[in-house]
Amino acid sequence: MMNRSLTLKILSAVILFGAWEIAGHIPVSFAFPTFLESMGALMRMMGDGTMLDAYAETLRPLAVGIAISAFLGIALGIWVGLSRFFDWLFSPIFIVMQAAPLAALIPLLVLAYGIGLTSKVLVVCIMAMPVIVLNTAGAVRNTPDSIKEMGRSYLATDLDIILKIIIPAASPVIFAGLRLGISAGFIGAILAELKITPTGVGDIITYSRSIADYPSMYAAIFSIILLAVLFLNLLERIEAVLFKGNQLGYASD
Amino acid sequence: MPQTSAAETATGATEDTAFEIAVSTRNISKNFGEVEALNDLSLEFPLGQLTSLLGPSGCGKTTLLKIIAGLLEPTSGEVEVNGQKVTGPGPDRAFVFQDFALLPWASVIRNVAFGLELRGVARSEREAVAEDYIRQVGLSGFENAYPHELSGGMRQRVGLARALAVDAEVLLMDEPFSAVDEQTRRKFQEDLLGLVQDQKKTFIFVTHSIEEAVYVSDQVAILLPRPSRVSEIIRPSSFRGKGVDNIRRDPEYLDIVDEIWTSLRRYVE
Repeated sequence: MMNRSLTLKILSAVILFGAWEIAGHIPVSFAFPTFLESMGALMRMMGDGTMLDAYAETLRPLAVGIAISAFLGIALGIWVGLSRFFDWLFSPIFIVMQAAPLAALIPLLVLAYGIGLTSKVLVVCIMAMPVIVLNTAGAVRNTPDSIKEMGRSYLATDLDIILKIIIPAASPVIFAGLRLGISAGFIGAILAELKITPTGVGDIITYSRSIADYPSMYAAIFSIILLAVLFLNLLERIEAVLFKGNQLGYASD
Repeated sequence: MPQTSAAETATGATEDTAFEIAVSTRNISKNFGEVEALNDLSLEFPLGQLTSLLGPSGCGKTTLLKIIAGLLEPTSGEVEVNGQKVTGPGPDRAFVFQDFALLPWASVIRNVAFGLELRGVARSEREAVAEDYIRQVGLSGFENAYPHELSGGMRQRVGLARALAVDAEVLLMDEPFSAVDEQTRRKFQEDLLGLVQDQKKTFIFVTHSIEEAVYVSDQVAILLPRPSRVSEIIRPSSFRGKGVDNIRRDPEYLDIVDEIWTSLRRYVE
């Protein structure tokens, strides 16, 4: 089973990259490099340290923003899910945040917070937090009543019920929200570097495009996607270790 | 109708025999908004015996059980367990749920030990207790299995072990066997009779099955809906000592089952 899934992963990667290579050769556009050219540029930039410097810059707002979004988002989500009043108070804010055209609002953020780290962290948070909060709140609200009742009948305190029943029960959906939120955070980090000040990976993309070095531009885009995929896989592993019984199905199935 | 006279003789009988009473409910009423679920209901549950609450759906039997458990607050009236007024869930009562209410992310042993975990019993100690009860309900070897890996019957054994592990004096069972298959249910009913004898606990058992109620109970309280009331208390007497295999053939058993059905049938659409 494990081998089959690995084979399928490799196969789909080969098909995708093959299609990319062919599309680059046709070419679909003057500005679209082949897969191998892009990988060559990636190797070159990794070799001369450009990539390392770029990620040192990009990862700062990304890591800070994701950490804030995850902790604050889950905490807020639990709160919103537990209380009708906080649901009424906070949910609309996050729904608006999720629907707002962020790129158009960036000038406002810059006006308020300048062009430094703060604005970029905010962009990551605005992208990542709504889905984390809303998913967490929904999952908390939908905890089966019967296991909460079970907790109460066996003398659980309110804190016990939150920590030992509601959070584990909500964890699959909380993690699903985290995955969506974190991928949105990656988008936010690059968006911030393209729209606020060109630094890090965003700088490579902007600069390479301006000098028509398309392989480097696509190499940078490819690297950020790769990083996001690896990070999401790591998250999935963490979930599997933390809540072993959950991924295998519900007892009420 | 014989209804009222039956109720009178039944209450008279309980007073005569004078069992020690473990749980009593007095003048319980419960409204859910406009809907009246229970109206001025009083009932006594003898110590060390199994009392069934039997009735058509909507007669408030599960509501009454949850009020005794302290999970629901009565609109008026009070519940006493061993002379203590019930104000909420307590260590003297343990609940067995119809849908098992197991934690899907927790192994069998953690589920069984969960009541003790909530009481702050140290891990090694509570797991030793849990292991003991897992063995008693016949689940040895499944300590580290997860609920989804078990059959319905095995899941309810976990629910039962969890209730036994906290060593409460009163076991409250809400249609515990209704979600398991017929053969498993018969085995459970036989095991329950043994449990009532060994454990010296008071059992309050909600069921909608007439046969089940008569089979397992020392006392069957028949609840009728609209307005909710105790119409009859029946105490089967002759077949309890004759062994589990002979109960279903016993004339008294068959008569009681028939009699209950006669009085219930007009409440069933």
